[in-house]
Amino acid sequence: MDRKVRVLVAKPGLDGHDRGAKVIARALRDAGYEVIYTGIRQTPEMIAEAALQEDVDVVGLSILSGAHMALVPRVLDELKKRGLDDVVVLVGGIIPDEDVPALLDMGVAGVFGPGTLTSEIVETIEKALGRELA
Amino acid sequence: MDLSTVSGLTEALLAGDRRALARVISHIENNTELARPLLAALYPKSGRAHIIGVTGSPGTGKSTLVNAIAQIYRGRELSVGIIAIDPTSPFSGGALLGDRVRMRDLAGDPGVFIRSMATRGSLGGLAQATADVIMILDAAGFDRIIVETVGVGQSEVEIASAAYTTVVVEAPGLGDEVQAIKAGVLEIADIFAVNKADREGVERTVMALKMMLSLGVPDRFQVMHHGRMLPVEIPQARRDASAWTPPIIKTVATSGQGATELVEAIENHRLYLEQSGGRLLRDRLRAATELRMILRDYLLERTLAQIPQEKLQRTIEDVASRKIDPYSAVRHLVNEVAKV
Repeated sequence: MDRKVRVLVAKPGLDGHDRGAKVIARALRDAGYEVIYTGIRQTPEMIAEAALQEDVDVVGLSILSGAHMALVPRVLDELKKRGLDDVVVLVGGIIPDEDVPALLDMGVAGVFGPGTLTSEIVETIEKALGRELA
Repeated sequence: MDLSTVSGLTEALLAGDRRALARVISHIENNTELARPLLAALYPKSGRAHIIGVTGSPGTGKSTLVNAIAQIYRGRELSVGIIAIDPTSPFSGGALLGDRVRMRDLAGDPGVFIRSMATRGSLGGLAQATADVIMILDAAGFDRIIVETVGVGQSEVEIASAAYTTVVVEAPGLGDEVQAIKAGVLEIADIFAVNKADREGVERTVMALKMMLSLGVPDRFQVMHHGRMLPVEIPQARRDASAWTPPIIKTVATSGQGATELVEAIENHRLYLEQSGGRLLRDRLRAATELRMILRDYLLERTLAQIPQEKLQRTIEDVASRKIDPYSAVRHLVNEVAKV
């Protein structure tokens, strides 16, 4: 058996700046994950549908536009609609500290701002997946 | 529906459940204990789809071209399954699968299913896993299945053997005239697409291909499988240049220019294969290759399991220290197993 962790990295919303998302995608590849990168301007439906087709364990959302409080619940909704409740969702980008608790309450497993070490993200993923497997 | 059992997954997949389809593909990729029973259950349901391989060097625009082809098929109300293969990093074992970026026009279309695959282990293993995933999409009822492969020589040839129609994508200015000859992809091409045809040098690329084609094709090629070179015969139908001459289609994938002509060429080839009996021939050829590969793996596994570990270790030492040659060593080992 050759189980590989699969991660979808997506950029919902309208900002067209994806250097950060690409850096994260590459870092996660180097951590041994299979990373599916979907590019910019993804709707929540597109992200959830891609997560379903690719059967990913993790969805990483990169949001710089400030619209995270609107976008994240919609992505979570679309995932749930497709029966993907067990997918680990992470959010990265420019997220004000005061919004973090609310995002975690919605079911997001981790929120990462600029300057986050890859090792922190990997640790969060491993922990979240380990908890689910137990 | 219960997506944790073979029967639950099979039933849901055949009923069109996309999550079940995605899960089944994961079982195959991860070679879980459900993989073989799933393959056994779904195999009889496959055999309907037309399988199209799209291959070529990196940077020729394969993904964008696949996006364009799939859109045309969707316009004809044919459903499309896409397998996009990218390399696994030999250093981390991870992979960056980015082909979906170029296929965003297809997102949200219920008649399209895109799956990204990493090459993971050996090339031989990849060819088998790809063939299995193709079969799953086929059983799920997709009319056309497009397999996009990484543009590196050897794996192309192996994966192409799973397709009925292989499209080799070239682009001007990449020195591909030479690359294609090196990689042996000319021999597997049923159709050539010269993409980025709005660029300078397109006529030169077309000319180079025409010249290569006029030199004819060999009757067999070599495939590396588990470290051994195997000769694979090219079907007569493919060899017979008068029966099917690979057309050369100029395309600009980003604008969709030439994509309709390319789809026409693919469909012509499909009809040609059906009418000439070429499809049956390819099915038999593939079955023979597949059976040989699986049989070899099976026998290898079984034989290794029967040889005591210390005996095997000693033999390895003997071969390494030149006490015995590897061929005689294998004969001894096999004789030993046969006695038991």
